[in-house]
Amino acid sequence: MKAFLNRRYHFSASHRLHAESLTDEQNRNTFGKCNNPFGHGHNYIATVRLSGPVDARTGMVANLADLDRFATDNLLGRYHLVNLNTLPEFEQVVPTTENLAIEVHRIFGGFTDAFLESVDVEETPNNSFTYVTPSI
Amino acid sequence: MIFLTRKAEFSAAHFYWNDDLSPEENEHVFGKCANRNGHGHNYTLEVTVSGEIDPVSGFVVDLKVLKDIMEHEVVGVYDHRHLNHEIPDFKTVIPTTENIAIAAWKRLDGKIPGAKLHKIRVYETPDLYADFYGQGAL
Repeated sequence: MKAFLNRRYHFSASHRLHAESLTDEQNRNTFGKCNNPFGHGHNYIATVRLSGPVDARTGMVANLADLDRFATDNLLGRYHLVNLNTLPEFEQVVPTTENLAIEVHRIFGGFTDAFLESVDVEETPNNSFTYVTPSI
Repeated sequence: MIFLTRKAEFSAAHFYWNDDLSPEENEHVFGKCANRNGHGHNYTLEVTVSGEIDPVSGFVVDLKVLKDIMEHEVVGVYDHRHLNHEIPDFKTVIPTTENIAIAAWKRLDGKIPGAKLHKIRVYETPDLYADFYGQGAL
């Protein structure tokens, strides 16, 4: 029987929204406070949504310990307590939460024990972005 | 069609163990959850039903009725119980969050007058929850 497993991961990071292709004034107009040259930070929550048949042997869609280990190594190890702008994936791409959601989705694409339905990244409790796996 | 979701909470104990596996395999697969003394959670059950709005009452389903059904069928049965030892649903099925969602679906499906069961969501913690939409759905 197919079920959906949703797991949330918390990480805190800083960022600055700034596009090299824009002038300083255009950056200030486009990104407002988020363009502060010193950056600022958020407590992010990433929700990873997986689906698949419930394994009769384990009762699980995917082994949670394996998923957590994958997340610790590949998500939290990379994004927790860092400045996102210093990472190669955000060298040419503005680290908005939209782009962060796409990167987190790309990371969990490497977890192959269940189908990755979507990744949602909450920047603040009032503000979240969901990237749904495109249907082939 | 409109969807209506009602939440309820229950607290229960469980552990993860498969008799077909050796003790070492159980500990390898389930980690700390394989401790047979059990541990517990404050679960949240979220029931989503779909239906048409009754033109007289303005309801899809009477919330009090839905609350009573959830209490009678699931919450009252699971609350302050050890799921492995006391609940027949988990006699041969491991009480993972996924399986609790499926068991709650089986208990509630067809019991809600005037509405169709759409989704069961069970939160084991705020950071871990499972969804079930019925057998063969999606």
